[in-house]
Amino acid sequence: MTPGLPRRLLVAAFAVAAAPVPASAWEPQRPITIIVPAGTGGGADQMARAIQAIVAKHGLAPQPIVVANKAGGAGAEGFLEIKNSRGNPHMLVITLSNLFTTPLATGVPFSWRDITPVKMMALDEFVLWVNAESPWRTAADFVAAARAGKLRIAGTGSRQEDQIITVAIGKAIGAEFTYVPFAGGGTVAMQLVGGHVDATVNNPIEAVSHWRAGKLRPLCVFDSRRLPVTQTMTATMAWSDIPTCKESGLDVEYLMLRGFFMPPGVPQAAIAYYQGLLERVRQTPEWQELMVQGAFNTTTMEGDAFAQWLAREEERHRTLMAEAGFLAR
Amino acid sequence: MEVAAAAAFAAIGVLAVADSLRGGIAWGMDGPQSGTFPFWIGCLLILSSLATLLRAALTPSRTLFASAAELRSVARILLPAAAFVAAIQAIGLYVPAAALIAWFMVRLGGHGPAVALASGVAAAALIFVAFERWFLVALPKGPIEAVFGY
Amino acid sequence: MDNLAALMAGFAVALSPENLLLMVAGVVLGVIIGVLPGLGGANGVAILLPLTFSMSPVGAIIMLSCIYWGALFGGAITSILFNIPGEPWSVATTFDGYPMAQQGRAAEALTAAFTSSFVGALFAIVMITAIAPLVAEFALRFGPPEFFAVMFLAFASFVGMGRGSALKTVAAMMAGFLLACVGLDTVTGQLRLTFGSTELMRGFDFLVAVIGLFGISEILLSIEEGLSFRGAKARLGLGVVLRTWKELPRHWLISLRSCLIGCWMGVTPAGATPASFMSYGMARRLARDGAAFGTGRIEGVVAPETAAHAAGVSALLPMLTLGVPGSPTAAVLLSGLIMWGLQPGPMLFVEQADFVWGLIASMYLGNIVGLAVVIALVPWFAAILRIPFAIVAALILVACAIGAFTVNNAPFDVVVMLIFGVVGYVLKKLDYPLAPMVLALVLGNRTEQAFRQSLLLSGGSLGVFFGNWLVGPIMATGLVMLFWPLLARLGAAIRARV
Repeated sequence: MTPGLPRRLLVAAFAVAAAPVPASAWEPQRPITIIVPAGTGGGADQMARAIQAIVAKHGLAPQPIVVANKAGGAGAEGFLEIKNSRGNPHMLVITLSNLFTTPLATGVPFSWRDITPVKMMALDEFVLWVNAESPWRTAADFVAAARAGKLRIAGTGSRQEDQIITVAIGKAIGAEFTYVPFAGGGTVAMQLVGGHVDATVNNPIEAVSHWRAGKLRPLCVFDSRRLPVTQTMTATMAWSDIPTCKESGLDVEYLMLRGFFMPPGVPQAAIAYYQGLLERVRQTPEWQELMVQGAFNTTTMEGDAFAQWLAREEERHRTLMAEAGFLAR
Repeated sequence: MEVAAAAAFAAIGVLAVADSLRGGIAWGMDGPQSGTFPFWIGCLLILSSLATLLRAALTPSRTLFASAAELRSVARILLPAAAFVAAIQAIGLYVPAAALIAWFMVRLGGHGPAVALASGVAAAALIFVAFERWFLVALPKGPIEAVFGY
Repeated sequence: MDNLAALMAGFAVALSPENLLLMVAGVVLGVIIGVLPGLGGANGVAILLPLTFSMSPVGAIIMLSCIYWGALFGGAITSILFNIPGEPWSVATTFDGYPMAQQGRAAEALTAAFTSSFVGALFAIVMITAIAPLVAEFALRFGPPEFFAVMFLAFASFVGMGRGSALKTVAAMMAGFLLACVGLDTVTGQLRLTFGSTELMRGFDFLVAVIGLFGISEILLSIEEGLSFRGAKARLGLGVVLRTWKELPRHWLISLRSCLIGCWMGVTPAGATPASFMSYGMARRLARDGAAFGTGRIEGVVAPETAAHAAGVSALLPMLTLGVPGSPTAAVLLSGLIMWGLQPGPMLFVEQADFVWGLIASMYLGNIVGLAVVIALVPWFAAILRIPFAIVAALILVACAIGAFTVNNAPFDVVVMLIFGVVGYVLKKLDYPLAPMVLALVLGNRTEQAFRQSLLLSGGSLGVFFGNWLVGPIMATGLVMLFWPLLARLGAAIRARV
């Protein structure tokens, strides 16, 4: 027993009194870094910065959160940094689908099994959008047009989620598309509004304002059930009025992970701490507002359930990408 | 020096062309394959630097690239700078920064070692407060910062 | 007229003493961010965004947009004083700004830069106030072929800029293109020119390369020529400011042209960087004594600064009306708007009119406050050049190292920066022009992307670049610019014969 111990106990006691955390709790000693394996302004970046702000505003953590973007090599840079920071309990990474696609497409030696899954925060939906002036009113119209001639679909990045969905649609209906990659979701939506391409598979939050302005038309959502938000967004429609692609005869499903991971070999107590912290973030009104704005699927998972989900998704991406010929040569 | 620089440029071009052939330079599934653009750029680079190389080799210039004295004074900056950059990789930014400032003040500015050292440490401390505390930007840190709990 | 009334209401909100204080604080913070290399613009706003979260939305957006103005103003300072551009769009400012500082005219160059920024920004704000919806409509017409045409025009108006060997210009530009190619190919998702190295995977960031090529190499050149920066005799005092102001109206034509180029580039959204290069190129091409550019001409500071800031401000317009940020900094501001529950896009002007006009009003006021603050600081900035070389050189090295590191949080980038410093030193001694190299490095990727996207859309036909009334004329202008020296000679020959 060191002489310093009683004082530390006292501090711990205060901490327990101040915040509803279990007595044996681990607490961060230094600023917490959230690594974003994507550029500034994208969906993952927005979510990381929203969490940073929510934690700061409600005083949820004793140390500030720092957000660092490491987008190099389609995010490989950020993931490798996490993989190589073994045992560092002050580091988190927020993931998007490039957790699976980047190692498969580039051959960078990395997999989700190399790092520690913490918590799934939400799943991002994908919607099939067309220009409001196009003649296609339903997914069936679109499918018929796609079979008749090669349509152009714009998406974010290459060999990532948008292109995977595009290829999956093509396979499901036996048609071919020209996929045109752009840098960000906002630009993609604008290309569609400007009539430079025929369709997009934007996330809800990337296209919502154009929808509300009557420039874009949603045809169907790539989920097994309709979106839960019933609040009307346009004069006549709510998110929940968009049919699923499956019920419209286009059998494709895709959801994108928004979750947190830590470096390998971190103490169990630290994982538990961040799971608690993120759960409290999920309870704040700001977070719930963000979920409604972006029509997110608010599924959350931890531990074994999360690991099983990850294994399943990884396998699915491998299959999808192998069929599309996207695997690294 | 002229010849060496042109040769270096040409070598970069050859590297680029070689790597581009691996990526493919034809029309692929995603439009022009990823090697197309660097391939032609690499070819242009090789051509232009070979021309420079020929011209330099045929008309030897009489002007010296740099005199020995000039090179010595450049080395007085470049060597400490290189040491500084190397040290950042190993022990973080703050200690080497203090050392670099102090070194320059003593060797180039003719200040006393005590003044120089104090200025170096003060500057490093200021940088620390500005970046780590105010702007919450984490700069590279080593064992010495770890002692203070960072 | 509705707009005008709404704007007046916006002024009433923005003019409260509390908000004015926030403006001054924002501008000062922004200038600091702009001066520290690597922290500028997007990073700075991103870092400070959470701090504003506890404020009211109006106060927060005023503060943030003033940080944005401050950073825009601040970027010019290091370009002129130390030849270190903190942002891509400040590169063109170094071409004449730094020679001016070397001649002891730092204060004059700074005043010209700040004033031009102000003029450009003001022009863009007036445009936003007057014809926002119209402009948004125009922006939508820009697809990949148009984007490529604009990039082509930027390159074309700049080719032949360097004095000296044409072969070396080509070599430097091609090397810049290749550097831009390193890393992930965004169109096919393959790694290029990385040779298996994970450090090279992220590619060469513009800032890291430019800090080395321009900043570090300049220190090496200075020490070679003796232990001093040649700007040490800078005249101080606000008298210089007044004298410069008296001279500036003479360049109204350049200003106007640069404003138009800037607004066009900002809205489309090609961004501030091509705007500044294109504007500099045009000013030089159309000047009677174009060859004197690069030796410390005040027009060489006015043109790029005006265009860059007109573009910087009008970049906010596509963000507000279309939800597409025109610059990285605007992207971070965008995420701020979303955090306050505002949904940028076509509906913002309808649903949140108060907020939008409050923001526009704060743009007017923020710019005026910004100009006042930075002009008052001109003598102090110029005085930095009086610090002994030994100390300044060390501080610049440290600042450059921090800047190179913060771009990607990668210690390896500091090594890359130093290598670029040595390369820059050697190339400068051998009369290789660095400007084309940097231009290619900055715009190379986006140009290649736009080119390939266009070909994808057209199925491989080059006709897409002359396919409609918008892209055709831009390409034609670009071709004329490219072959201008040839055409001019041809014209002279014909005239001589007649």
